[in-house]
Amino acid sequence: MRMSKIVTITADLLPPFILAFGLYVIAHGHLTPGGGFQGGAVTATGLLLMIVAYSYKDIAKAIRQDRFKLYESLGLIIVIGVGYIAFLYGATFFTNWLVNTPLPFGTYVPFGPNPGDLNTGGTMPLYNIFVGVEVFCGLTIVVLYMLSGLEEGEGSS
Amino acid sequence: MILNFPFITMVLVTIIGLCIILFRKNLLKVIMGISLIESAMNLFIVALDFKEGGIAPIFTLAPLEPGVEPAAAASAMVLPVPQALCLTSIVIAVATGALMLSFAMLIYRKYGTLDISKISRLNG
Amino acid sequence: MTFAQFIYYNSPALIIAIPLLAAFLTLVFGRISSMLRNIWVVLSLVATAIVGLIIAYRVSIEGIIIYTFGVGSPGMAIPVDSGGIPVRILFEIDAMSSFMIITLSIATLAAIIYSIASDAKSTGRDNFYALFLLLTLGGYGIICTGDIFNFFVFFEISSLASAGLIAYRIEKGFAVEAALKYAVISTIAGIMVLIGVAVLYGEYDALNIAMLAQSIHWTFLDKFALVLLLSALLMKCGAVPMHFWTPDSYSLAPGSITAILVVASQVSLYGAFRVIFTLYGVVINAFTFGWIIIILGVLSMVVGVTMAIPQKDVKRLMAYHAISQTGYMLLGVGVGFALLGDKALLDSIGYMAMEGGIFHIINHAMYKGLLFLTAGAIFYRIGTRNLNKMGGLGHNMKYTMIFFVIGALAIAGIPPFNGFASKLMIYESVFLFNPFLAVIAMVVSILTLASFVKVFHSIFMGPKLPEYAHVKEAPPMMLIGMGLLAAGVILFGLFPQQVVDLIVSPAAHALVNQQAYISAVMGGA
Repeated sequence: MRMSKIVTITADLLPPFILAFGLYVIAHGHLTPGGGFQGGAVTATGLLLMIVAYSYKDIAKAIRQDRFKLYESLGLIIVIGVGYIAFLYGATFFTNWLVNTPLPFGTYVPFGPNPGDLNTGGTMPLYNIFVGVEVFCGLTIVVLYMLSGLEEGEGSS
Repeated sequence: MILNFPFITMVLVTIIGLCIILFRKNLLKVIMGISLIESAMNLFIVALDFKEGGIAPIFTLAPLEPGVEPAAAASAMVLPVPQALCLTSIVIAVATGALMLSFAMLIYRKYGTLDISKISRLNG
Repeated sequence: MTFAQFIYYNSPALIIAIPLLAAFLTLVFGRISSMLRNIWVVLSLVATAIVGLIIAYRVSIEGIIIYTFGVGSPGMAIPVDSGGIPVRILFEIDAMSSFMIITLSIATLAAIIYSIASDAKSTGRDNFYALFLLLTLGGYGIICTGDIFNFFVFFEISSLASAGLIAYRIEKGFAVEAALKYAVISTIAGIMVLIGVAVLYGEYDALNIAMLAQSIHWTFLDKFALVLLLSALLMKCGAVPMHFWTPDSYSLAPGSITAILVVASQVSLYGAFRVIFTLYGVVINAFTFGWIIIILGVLSMVVGVTMAIPQKDVKRLMAYHAISQTGYMLLGVGVGFALLGDKALLDSIGYMAMEGGIFHIINHAMYKGLLFLTAGAIFYRIGTRNLNKMGGLGHNMKYTMIFFVIGALAIAGIPPFNGFASKLMIYESVFLFNPFLAVIAMVVSILTLASFVKVFHSIFMGPKLPEYAHVKEAPPMMLIGMGLLAAGVILFGLFPQQVVDLIVSPAAHALVNQQAYISAVMGGA
């Protein structure tokens, strides 16, 4: 069931902007309000706008659901793995082991008015990025399952 | 007095949500009532540690002029702990809402109705 | 630091970290092969149980353990520049927590071995095992945590995971209806806990249980938070008058999940005890409040056993008996709490009552789990739970009948099984406190025995029915799971004094000792 002309034209134009804004919110989680869950939810909205505007059957052919489930699990496994790596440094679970090291993301976030440096914050940007991936894939799969249940419900019991 | 407005609103929305859960017959409306109560909870948590004249707790917006110490600039900010609690609560509300809505879908498919007085087939 | 030392010092984190990683790796391994996934799940739960036993051993040597997340070493609870406030999330494990860890480890081991055979024909088993591991994660988290908001988060994790598991077998929609009722009740309980936590935070600006316990007064807002927290936690453990979700959920969940749900309810009961004894402690008027808990316990016992008698569904009957056994625990610990202000009576009667109630937790987890697993085995073989349609199964399923007899004698309190030991402690101490309550408890025990004699006769005795002639014994994996719990029942019944001295008595003393809990974090102030 396709929606009207206004909705389909909006759904053609808007998703790149929504996706870009969502990725911006994920990446700048340690400097501005936002972070993993919020940015992931915004990015999922960009995809869901296309699903709502066009019929479910067209979009479901384009998205491979088992791949999304795999990416969701992998994202979460990497987040827990980053927490585990703190054990190698002799510290407790989920310690910030990247601060004060010459690796990327190695310095503290600067205090006071400044334009904001992405290369700071320790393990926080890592958590943000991979939780963002996980939330994006997870919310898309939830909505796709609900829509597939609706299609089946109309056909048979 | 004006600082009490968030708490008065929270109590009113909670009472409306409780009335919906107790008196409505459609299952989807009951789930919407639960979601209303959770939103009122988030409002209550965020409104807990508000300082009058405070600023948002963001590092890059700290009012750090050359004569001001970092500790004084930090104490002008609103406390950030309730905001983290509210974020966790929103995530849990999303997960619970998604779970209950998929249960409602399955019940509609198997029982054919969403009326809660007809759904209770298990008794005894 | 060698590998053994690493596990020894980081064990409070590993008991959370291992199920967390294993749950999501199960989804990846399930795509490769199902045998690999089964082995992985059993190995990770065995590893978690071993870490739990290491923690229990460590607590028995060192006293209360603290583990702070996010700093260089586990003991640094208070940062140097914070002015004496513990700001990080920390796990605080005392003797009562280690007792609950032992209970949960035994139950999850038995249930996972059982469920490898009992769900072999279902689809979507990846999700089943992932949710199972998340449920054990939630349970361990509630037991170990020392921070009240962390308690709320793990509470919600376990509620969501068990709601998903109850609806696993859709069964023409009945299981989904039970899961929906369970989800609504759990969400309302979670919201009430959150309001209590938010009120306490707004008053004292602290989320750490030890720090809250140090600075708590008895204002109106504190009473409000106590009522909310306590009623939410008692709602989740199935005490009357909030018990309506228990029969539906326990009867329609798969067999192994019901055994874990019983232990999850006891973990919520542990949470209620932690709130009353440690968070509030001495500021409550102990005598009146103890009587409130005693009255709730007596109501649960009587309502549970009287509503169990006319039931026709085996698992619903056992669920009502679970409610009545929870009443025994509330009665025992309530008597102990009511005597908290009076030192002489506490030493003579109060500690024995509390030890009886706490010992009953682990006994109940074992024999109720065993009974639910046997009911699941019967359902697996003949496909019905209705008592009127069963009969004469003693000829076919001999081992299941023996396990059922062990469980039924334990729940009725017959020596030499473990139900007798804990019930005797409760009867003796409650009789010295108020003889009327002890008489009610003994009458309830007799009615329990009558109810289980009826069930045993309907299922196993009688002539062989023609439609059940082909029924074989339960698969060997299920028998191993049931055998583990039955061995525990017999062992705890034969050596009750050693068990009480080793794990129950330190737990009762640690629960009463609020000052030791506070000074482990705040540094002896």
